[in-house]
Amino acid sequence: MSAQPGAGLFRARTEKINWNAVFLEGRALIALILIVVIFASMSDHYLTATNLLSMTRHVAFNAVLALGMLMVILHGGIDLSVGSTVGLSGVVAGSLLQGLDLSLFDIVAYPAVWVVVVVAVAVGALAGYVNGLMVTRFRVAPFVATLGMMYMARGAAMLIADGRTFPELQGDPELGNTGFSAIGNGRLLGIPMGVWIMIGVAVLVAILLTRTPFGRWLYSIGGNSRAAELSGVPVGRVVRSVYVISGMCAALVGLILASELTAATPQTGQMYELNAIAAVVIGGAALSGGRGTVRGTLIGAFVIGFLTDGLVIVGVSEFWQMVITGAVIVAAVALDQFQQRLNHTRRGPGKPGSGARPATKPAEDKAAASATVSN
Amino acid sequence: MVATQAAAPTTTDVVLHATGITKRYGGVDALKGVDFEIRPGAVTTLFGENGAGKSTLMKIISGVEQPTSGTLELDGAPVRFGSSDDALDKGIAIIHQELNLAPNLSVRDNIFLGRELLTPFGSVDRSAEDEVVRTLMERLEEDLDPATKVADLRLGQQQIVEIAGALAADARVLIMDEPTSALSASEVEVLFKVIEDLKADGVAIVYISHHLEEALHVTDRAVVLRDGELVAQDEVRHIDLAWVVEKMVGAADEEVFASLDPNPGEVVLGVSDLVVADPQAPERNVVDHVSLEVRAGEIVCVYGLMGAGRTELMEAVAGRMPVVAGQVTLQGRDVGGLNVRDRIDLGLGLVPEDRQRDGLVPQLSVGRNMSLASIGDFVRGIFLSGRIENGRIEAGIAKTRVKTSSPNAPVGSLSGGNQQKAVISKMLLTEPNVLLLDEPTRGIDVGARAEIYSLLAQQAQQGLGVLYVTSEIGEAITGSNRLVVMHKGRLVAEFDSRKVDRHTVMAASGENADLAGETAENEMGASR
Repeated sequence: MSAQPGAGLFRARTEKINWNAVFLEGRALIALILIVVIFASMSDHYLTATNLLSMTRHVAFNAVLALGMLMVILHGGIDLSVGSTVGLSGVVAGSLLQGLDLSLFDIVAYPAVWVVVVVAVAVGALAGYVNGLMVTRFRVAPFVATLGMMYMARGAAMLIADGRTFPELQGDPELGNTGFSAIGNGRLLGIPMGVWIMIGVAVLVAILLTRTPFGRWLYSIGGNSRAAELSGVPVGRVVRSVYVISGMCAALVGLILASELTAATPQTGQMYELNAIAAVVIGGAALSGGRGTVRGTLIGAFVIGFLTDGLVIVGVSEFWQMVITGAVIVAAVALDQFQQRLNHTRRGPGKPGSGARPATKPAEDKAAASATVSN
Repeated sequence: MVATQAAAPTTTDVVLHATGITKRYGGVDALKGVDFEIRPGAVTTLFGENGAGKSTLMKIISGVEQPTSGTLELDGAPVRFGSSDDALDKGIAIIHQELNLAPNLSVRDNIFLGRELLTPFGSVDRSAEDEVVRTLMERLEEDLDPATKVADLRLGQQQIVEIAGALAADARVLIMDEPTSALSASEVEVLFKVIEDLKADGVAIVYISHHLEEALHVTDRAVVLRDGELVAQDEVRHIDLAWVVEKMVGAADEEVFASLDPNPGEVVLGVSDLVVADPQAPERNVVDHVSLEVRAGEIVCVYGLMGAGRTELMEAVAGRMPVVAGQVTLQGRDVGGLNVRDRIDLGLGLVPEDRQRDGLVPQLSVGRNMSLASIGDFVRGIFLSGRIENGRIEAGIAKTRVKTSSPNAPVGSLSGGNQQKAVISKMLLTEPNVLLLDEPTRGIDVGARAEIYSLLAQQAQQGLGVLYVTSEIGEAITGSNRLVVMHKGRLVAEFDSRKVDRHTVMAASGENADLAGETAENEMGASR
């Protein structure tokens, strides 16, 4: 999680500590600390180990989704389908645990839990792969492609479950498929499995982003995909992989949720994609791509989770919770924009030597056009 | 620089007077204290090579950019343009070299963009706008329906729309930056007629064109810029083409970078009968049956004007653009069907024309931009080795002499020349056999240009085959061993760079079409 690409902030030149810059750079963390301090002063219960652990467990769902989302956003895309994929993978797991009715052989198969997990994750990966194909091969805008998948995956979940819930997924020792509930309810060293999964995913994603060519490619595609392509970066492959990873993250969340409730509902995960996007954005990533870190995203997820739970604990009404969460998201992005401008001015004026452009170019800079041409 | 004073006019007949204009971009001085004036009822033409500062000066006068220092006076009173709208309000309109049109909107909507005519109810008065557009089109002798979408027009017609937009503004000062680059001969004639009419109405016109003879034909006064300085100006009746060329290129005794005694080896790059279609108009070929060879240790220049198909040739060879027909071979191996990445692996790299758009990833540091294309070389297992990577970056910085405070500095903090060196370094780190460079010195200062050509010469001596494209005549000759001229998608002439002068090359490039045909044929015959 160190050595973030593009962090032009930690330059050796600035010897005097610029408190404004420190404030801006660390704003998500400062916001998190503020949230903890404020709620701790309002409720004795807030800062207890039990509550922190319980809140972290809630954070884990969103954080795992957000880590997948981070990778998609780094390439300059968005994945609206993750919430639906959460529901779909949960239902797939539920249906398998309830028994796979192979009427052809007149038997009902009860696959082992590890098989269930693999199949559910594969379903998430498949949904992601379709997203990736749509974006790279068929040039569908990520927003639209994943919007379509959002409906399709939700529909598929409804079809599989026939609109109902799969209850009692704890399995049966006689069938040899027990242990599913451990994913969501088990503990290791006193820490819930969901939190361990979050930590594991975070470490993997961080390594992928900072220590492998894949990560470097991803940042370069988000920064300038034309330059990346001309540098030999396999743009299509990287982009497809990113959606697959996001789908797999969503499937993991679906499994944890289903396990925790020992039940799978096709409606699970609605609006989760928006929370994930919010976490990534609060963590300082740019929706245009090329900028964002695992550390920031985790902090973003904690900000949202700790804020939401805190508001519940001190008894703020659900409606006010929405208003406050929304305000925090907007404020975070506004601050981010402010910081970007600050960086630019500190870096000196303009891009040097951009020179004249070729005569034919799309009117991408329409703003400039309307200012100059027409008159 | 002395000549500046010679033809200094009286101030009474000057609309706009610019004094001591300087403009810095990062570390580059695009303009160094230019004094310039525009007179009503006359055409003033700016001559100068690419990067001489013509477009920058026009952007300042039209309010698109603000000068670093210097003052503007309009009708004798000091004036400051905050934006191009501001300049337009004061009667100064510009026709940009790059078309600034919204392709998704109609001709009418483009012409009135930002200053729509309104009905008393506040809605757009389309019929009134159409009326004006029709009058303008009549004047430009172009049969265009105001409701046509601009995207459906050919490039020349789009340029007409751009011109019509400027005319609609009824400006007192009209700046035309390469207005004819996409126009047909008859359209150019019409434009010149319109220019005469405007002059008669007392409009001051500033004209910029690469087509020197065409510009001399239409102009009343010539102003020559070189490397950001105004080096000469005179009335057109006192001067001729030779005068312009001499002032543009300056002293001819330039340093020759390419090795005088090249010892070319095997053919490393072969291009035969390459045809590339225009992506906008597939029935037209932007690269038309081009064949050429580059040998190891040889530096070949493709000289041609913008729009000659040079960029398309380079991108097709690099695997970025699809080809219609023809073959590209790398060390004898046909690379048709291979993508950019495969070709880099085989030793063919492209340094693109627009480094902001195609060369650099602004979010990455200088070092990481440089290592991007050769990332496979420092992977150990599945992980990047920071130690090996940093070593290679350091070596690259040293070899190409990139001036940066640190490899971790943001790439945007470098000057244009150093950014370009970083892009070149990126491709050199892939250890290519052939390096393609599209306008390697665009928008960078003289010192950095020399460094880049020295670097290429040095690499060639170690066996690299270099193919570069330029529209700067001096660089075409001094940077290369061999020079081919590209005109309208075809290679029309080939020269030994040591045995050719500027005028011959310029003539062959189509700047004077009649002469070019003859010379080209002769030279082609001679060089075979």
